[in-house]
Amino acid sequence: MSAELTGAEITIRCLQEEGVNCIFGYPGGAVLFIYDELFKQDKVRHILVRHEQAAVHAADGYARSSNKVGVALVTSGPGVTNAVTGIATAYMDSIPMVVISGQVPTNAIGLDAFQEVDTVGITRPCVKHNFLVKDITELAHTIKKAFYIASTGRPGPVLVDIPKDVSQQKTKFVYPDKVTMRSYNPVTKGHAKQIKKALELILSAKRPVVYAGGGVILSDAAPQLTELVQTLNFPCTNTLMGLGGYPSTDKQSLGMLGMHGTYEANMAMQYCDVLIAVGARFDDRVIGNPKHFFNENRKIIHIDIDPSSISKRVRVDIPIVGDVLDVLKELIKLLKTEKDKPDHVALKEWWKQIDLWRERDCLKFDRKSKIIKPQMVIEKLFEITKGDAFITSDVGQHQMWAAQFYKFDRPRRWINSGGLGTMGFGMPAAMGVQLANPNGKVACITGEASIQMCIQELSTCKQYKLPLKIINLNNRYMGMVRQWQEFFHGNRYAESYMNALPDFVKLAESYGHIGIKIEKPEDVGDALKEAFKLKDQLVFMDFITDQSENVFPMVPGGKGLSEMILV
Amino acid sequence: MENEAGALSRVAGLFSARGYNIESLSVAPTEDPTLSRMTLVTVGSDEVVEQVTKQLNKLIEVVKIIDLSDGNHIERELMLVKMRAVGAEREEIKRLAEIFRGSIIDVTDKSYTIELTGTSEKLDAFLEATESNAVLETVRTGASGIGRGEWILKV
Repeated sequence: MSAELTGAEITIRCLQEEGVNCIFGYPGGAVLFIYDELFKQDKVRHILVRHEQAAVHAADGYARSSNKVGVALVTSGPGVTNAVTGIATAYMDSIPMVVISGQVPTNAIGLDAFQEVDTVGITRPCVKHNFLVKDITELAHTIKKAFYIASTGRPGPVLVDIPKDVSQQKTKFVYPDKVTMRSYNPVTKGHAKQIKKALELILSAKRPVVYAGGGVILSDAAPQLTELVQTLNFPCTNTLMGLGGYPSTDKQSLGMLGMHGTYEANMAMQYCDVLIAVGARFDDRVIGNPKHFFNENRKIIHIDIDPSSISKRVRVDIPIVGDVLDVLKELIKLLKTEKDKPDHVALKEWWKQIDLWRERDCLKFDRKSKIIKPQMVIEKLFEITKGDAFITSDVGQHQMWAAQFYKFDRPRRWINSGGLGTMGFGMPAAMGVQLANPNGKVACITGEASIQMCIQELSTCKQYKLPLKIINLNNRYMGMVRQWQEFFHGNRYAESYMNALPDFVKLAESYGHIGIKIEKPEDVGDALKEAFKLKDQLVFMDFITDQSENVFPMVPGGKGLSEMILV
Repeated sequence: MENEAGALSRVAGLFSARGYNIESLSVAPTEDPTLSRMTLVTVGSDEVVEQVTKQLNKLIEVVKIIDLSDGNHIERELMLVKMRAVGAEREEIKRLAEIFRGSIIDVTDKSYTIELTGTSEKLDAFLEATESNAVLETVRTGASGIGRGEWILKV
């Protein structure tokens, strides 16, 4: 008979069984037994962050860049409430994650105990599922379920709340090989008939567009998407979450679509006759006003693992519920044996039209400016890293410029908070990316507003020698807020000016890093080269950029995709 | 759905988070104590009902959903009504209760409490048929529904 283990030991053993080798967290009263067990072993490495929000973002970055389940460990009460922003971020972007939280002892639950919150209640709307483990004999099974639910179907964060007394009690440890749940059976294979119907429609298309989202990245289907698009010679546009799912430098790529998408991508979306949506969800930032979208007639094929994403904002003609990878493989297989071929004549015309749209050169900016243009910094970064870096971003103008100007050719290289739009995400996410990819080049593109929302993590980076390259596009404004105020609020810049900024160079230095301030366009390239040469050092580059620069194109809220404001 | 703590609040939370209406909700464990059965009445367009169904299906503890309005079904709701019953009213209320096949289950010299079962519409009709100032208190369970004939919801 095997020896009995404490709940804390079981928790760590479960992580080991799941092959977790790195977790992010912050200790506190309710998780002390678990930390004690972490201390006694060396299989699971613990990264001590400086704020629980960062622990979850780091676990998130770790997951996005590696396709493993990210794990965070936080204490009860404020530990959990601090983590909520991170959990909601992961939830909106469907990131596989397990968050383990401590809870006050079971006999104190409900008594407003010190550091007690209703964790399961607070996190319920922003997790795929959550558990409160009140019985030690259910602990191992629950953690197994948490990993299973987090990583299957449409992935998402799962939280396991463990009361302190449960982490102390003992029971026999058996880790189940697998779990089956009568109430949770995610589909994988798409319906064969639907796939056949989709192929017929694809081959009849005269003006097709492939619109690929984060689902392609999550299901690791980038090679299959690329093969399908290239076999068909169709244009492909990626969502913010889908960048890297199709090589951005390829001639068939239209770039990103949506509110700040390219002219050609948005026009092609609006005027296509067959739209093939792959792992994307037609959200408000992507198609603009749905009524305007339907002013044009088109047939829509929608491949998604989540049935509730289908026909949520737009009605589709051929829904295919299934794992993007499986469905694309099936489509490719069918296509190979199919006698009919795409309509080359029509496609030629369509490409001609697309090339005309491309001539609009919608991403142009003043390359001769005496003030640093933020777009230019990203272009240089792309050049110098040869498109091979992991890029995380915060939220705002810099995020959009990063998405537009860094040409992602590979999946899992672009890490950003797309759904929730969480400022403060970039640097902690980059820490997770660096830990998952110790030899990777990791840059965080941020702004002086966003970076200050998790600036304390410079300390974590020092402790674990994480050589991030921080690209701070410093325009002294919450740039995207300022842009909206300029366009839609009569230039009244209410509270969007970033006053009393720190000296970022000194700030970085005080944490033991290297800081560089760059004020002239001609110094941008050298600074970036210099920074990437410093392989073992975090380099904080403070680029003083043009305050008045705006992100174009822009589809204003409530407008249609073809109603872009262009530069 | 799984008969687990918190399952009900997941359903209720989903409705409030996504702006769906709950007209009524009735839930209790089934003959299999690991399962609860819930009858939830909502209103919305076909698109909304489709989304409600899909979103409910996504909840991990929801085992199976059927839309009873897709087919023939029976629904019943229980109402207890406490009514002022003094003098001539006493006979009249008794008659009315009989017409609606209700039964008087508690009696004092000033009041009757009537138990009524039926569709929600029937219970509404009863209340409409009474003088509103005679009704002292009502409590309703919300509808429970089941398919007719061979239409069986089995897990």
